[in-house]
Amino acid sequence: MREIPVSELTAKIKNLCIEANYIASTDIVEALNDGLSNETSPIGQNILNQILDNAALAKEKRMPICQDTGMAIIFLTIGQEVHFVGGSLEDAVNEGVRQGYEEGFLRKSVVEDPFNRVNTEDNTPAVIHYAIVPGDQVIIEVTPKGFGSENMSQMHMLKPADGIEGAKEAIIRTVDEAGGNACPPLIVGVGIGGSFEKAALLSKRALLRDVDEHAKSPEIRAMEEEVLNKINRLGIGPQGLGGLTTALAVHIETYPTHIAGLPVAVNISCHVTRHRKAIL
Amino acid sequence: MIHVTTPLLKENLKKLKAGDQVLISGYVYTSRDAGHQRMVDQLAKGEALPFDVVNSIIYYVGPSPAKPGEVIGSAGPTTSYRMDPFAPTLIKEGLSGMIGKGNRSQEVVKAMVEYGAVYFAAVGGAAALIASSVKESTVLAYEDLGTEALRRLEVLNFPCIVVIDSQGNNLYETEKNKYRNQG
Repeated sequence: MREIPVSELTAKIKNLCIEANYIASTDIVEALNDGLSNETSPIGQNILNQILDNAALAKEKRMPICQDTGMAIIFLTIGQEVHFVGGSLEDAVNEGVRQGYEEGFLRKSVVEDPFNRVNTEDNTPAVIHYAIVPGDQVIIEVTPKGFGSENMSQMHMLKPADGIEGAKEAIIRTVDEAGGNACPPLIVGVGIGGSFEKAALLSKRALLRDVDEHAKSPEIRAMEEEVLNKINRLGIGPQGLGGLTTALAVHIETYPTHIAGLPVAVNISCHVTRHRKAIL
Repeated sequence: MIHVTTPLLKENLKKLKAGDQVLISGYVYTSRDAGHQRMVDQLAKGEALPFDVVNSIIYYVGPSPAKPGEVIGSAGPTTSYRMDPFAPTLIKEGLSGMIGKGNRSQEVVKAMVEYGAVYFAAVGGAAALIASSVKESTVLAYEDLGTEALRRLEVLNFPCIVVIDSQGNNLYETEKNKYRNQG
């Protein structure tokens, strides 16, 4: 048994929220530079240059890369030998978000009710996903998610007969329908299999990967490459204003599913796609 | 590069063509989802808007909070289609320009052609860069909406692209077709 005071989570989550919003991750910056060197559209080149200049300026001035500093999505992978002490785990997570968004001058974008739309003024609550695994570590992953791209995500409950070709087509169609709304170049997170909510959760998890981290299975890796190639032939381009750089990565996660089903969840994410990790 | 100054007179906006890269200077007014609902509700009740909408430009943005000593926080565009239900009403009232990101509905484009208005795209996610072109920010109304309050921003050389002009030419459609099946 390892005791961990929940205050340690608060401090880590506060810093992860701020750093994720101020500093574009290296993998994304590299992928944007690769996109720029390959882009033939003059408007697309101009936009990619602005995005890269913006990332440098945000880092230098320590201000948010994007004004939509997101709803805080937090994945906690908790070793089953861990015992949290000093208060409620959920409260400690939300306290970290509260402190991060307040002290980091991040935007408060969360409303307390889907219909009354009253802002909670501190960007809480976070959306928290827990997983219990063997061991005594705690892995904290934070992805502040903007809703320009979240709104363009889709769920497809396909038939088993639709197969891998049907799944590819559903992913590509989702990106095509998103067009310029979701701030391309995109990171496309895909969850295939499981149940309705499992596929959606896998698609969000897929967004936590680095751009150059591919699926372990050779078949799924090939699928990722083929779908990315086809997406970049849609013509959408940076910000939807035409070009060859529509997506930087397609990340696909799979899970066993039911004899009757083929769920395909497509979680669209923008060129800012923030993801940070810490281990306690 | 074309310089656009506000107020944006109808005879000037008609010269702007889809694809023009522009630098906007002068006053623009910020509003997004909740602010648009309020403006349209006020108009329905016969009340005056908190600013003179004639020949004005609305920027769809909810900025992040300003750090001490700064004019504004990060301030990039939000996705425009959510304002589509409200935009034709404001265009009829005399609105000349909108700044946002993403395509617009047919109803919005129809109103733009009929009454004379232009739609500019700013680069989504280039929010720190755009903030550096904001020289002054004043809350005019709806302060209770926080980031969604109606603000008057004084901007200098705010980089935008004309994406739908007052003749209805639409860069989202023409440019995508040029690059489809290439690469």
